[in-house]
Amino acid sequence: MPESTEHIVKSYEQELHRLRSLITEMGGLVESEVALACQAVIDRDDAAAASVVEADPKVDALEQQIQQFVIRMLALRQPMAQDLRLIVAGLRITGDLERIGDYAANVAKRSMVLGQFTLPFALTGLANMGRLVQQSLKTVIDAIGEEDTDAAVQVWRSDEEVDGIYNALFRELITYMMEDPRNITPCTHLLFIAKNLERIGDHATNIAETLYYAVKGEPLAGIRPKGDTSAYAVVRPPSE
Amino acid sequence: MAEAEARISTSLTGTAALEESAPQIAIRNLDFFYGSNRALKGINLSLPARQVTAMIGPSGCGKSTLLRVLNRMYDLYPNQRATGEVMMEGRNLLDASIDLNELRSRIGMVFQKPTPFPMSVYDNIAFGVKLHERLSKSAMDERVEWSLARAALWEEVKDRLGSSAMGLSGGQQQRLCIARTIAVRPEVILLDEPTSALDPISTLKIEELIDELKRDFTIVIVTHNMQQAARCADQVAFFYLGELVEAGSATQMFTAPRERRTQDYITGRFG
Repeated sequence: MPESTEHIVKSYEQELHRLRSLITEMGGLVESEVALACQAVIDRDDAAAASVVEADPKVDALEQQIQQFVIRMLALRQPMAQDLRLIVAGLRITGDLERIGDYAANVAKRSMVLGQFTLPFALTGLANMGRLVQQSLKTVIDAIGEEDTDAAVQVWRSDEEVDGIYNALFRELITYMMEDPRNITPCTHLLFIAKNLERIGDHATNIAETLYYAVKGEPLAGIRPKGDTSAYAVVRPPSE
Repeated sequence: MAEAEARISTSLTGTAALEESAPQIAIRNLDFFYGSNRALKGINLSLPARQVTAMIGPSGCGKSTLLRVLNRMYDLYPNQRATGEVMMEGRNLLDASIDLNELRSRIGMVFQKPTPFPMSVYDNIAFGVKLHERLSKSAMDERVEWSLARAALWEEVKDRLGSSAMGLSGGQQQRLCIARTIAVRPEVILLDEPTSALDPISTLKIEELIDELKRDFTIVIVTHNMQQAARCADQVAFFYLGELVEAGSATQMFTAPRERRTQDYITGRFG
């Protein structure tokens, strides 16, 4: 039995390569958007924030390009089996990446507002969360190129940790707001920033699930680990 | 006619999942030899009743051979033999005691190229029926109309039943051959690349017809067209070098086949 993995039609093989490289390119762009957005918040770096906002239209344009490319491939190549799964996965992953780009841009915009305030507390939790989310995103984008399902499973599992930090941060920020009403504006922005990072983690997890199915042909088994309990969080002021 | 109606009524729920449908034909440990060349190797496959099974695979993989085994077409040639079992209603179709005329009336076949007889449209249908049954003129008229209607050809030929079948278009000729096959009211219809000589619209008409016919008949189709197998079949079987590599539902086979060889073949990575 031949062990070839190359398609008999060379131009089809080239298109599959091109699709992969377009997705990787978009992934790289989004990855750097998220990194710059985190830097903008933690290091109070307005220049970094501005470059995220500038980069976002490029991400959107790439999404459009990939979508059109996928529709063309579906129509002209009529893909089957693994090719079909990869091409449809390309469409879904692109959607997730585009959302991640939007969240990063939102984080960047909020970081500029945050820059107008002096914060009486450190952003250690948020910095940790940002690092974790960036790591997940990097791992899953590298996994796309390598079709590495082990890495996808690892990202899928790590989302619970991101959720854990988010829950702690949620309570911490509410506490600061109760301590001093002057913290309310920066802390509200920080809450949204944290929520955006948590959503970026969710989309990285989506990508991991999509990639797993595309490569293996079966869904990632089991219930997705979910740790975001902030919807039920109550923090009360100390009784007088 | 009553028989046909009975089959129709029992098949109204006929879109059941593969495993729920009882096998019409069960092939077990089938080997086939052209002289000393073993062309089929230990085939085990069930053909579910009133479902479409598509057989795919590269040229020479044995799929047409298997089709020829099912109605003992190979008996016409010397030095060809089959061993194993092809069970249908408790009988092994490979047994020497099987009446071949009866077998071929129960398992009809349509070939790659339309093969109308050089006679009228009416006589093309009546010819086969006369070999198996004695029908009155009115019963025969009724059978001819029923067959042509089931083959979605009646409306196009009802005013020219006496004209030569050779004047029909390729797509019409192929539907005539299908009408001729179902006129003897078989249980199984074998289609060997029935649309490879037809244009896309005629092809779609045949595919629509297959969809209609599976309510009453068990259908086996050999096709080189993956999209056609995907569109028509409930079950797909992939053959390679005389072996059955994998069989499964069309959805499973075309979205996530289990075997690497199936995947490589249907995605066009070897041929």
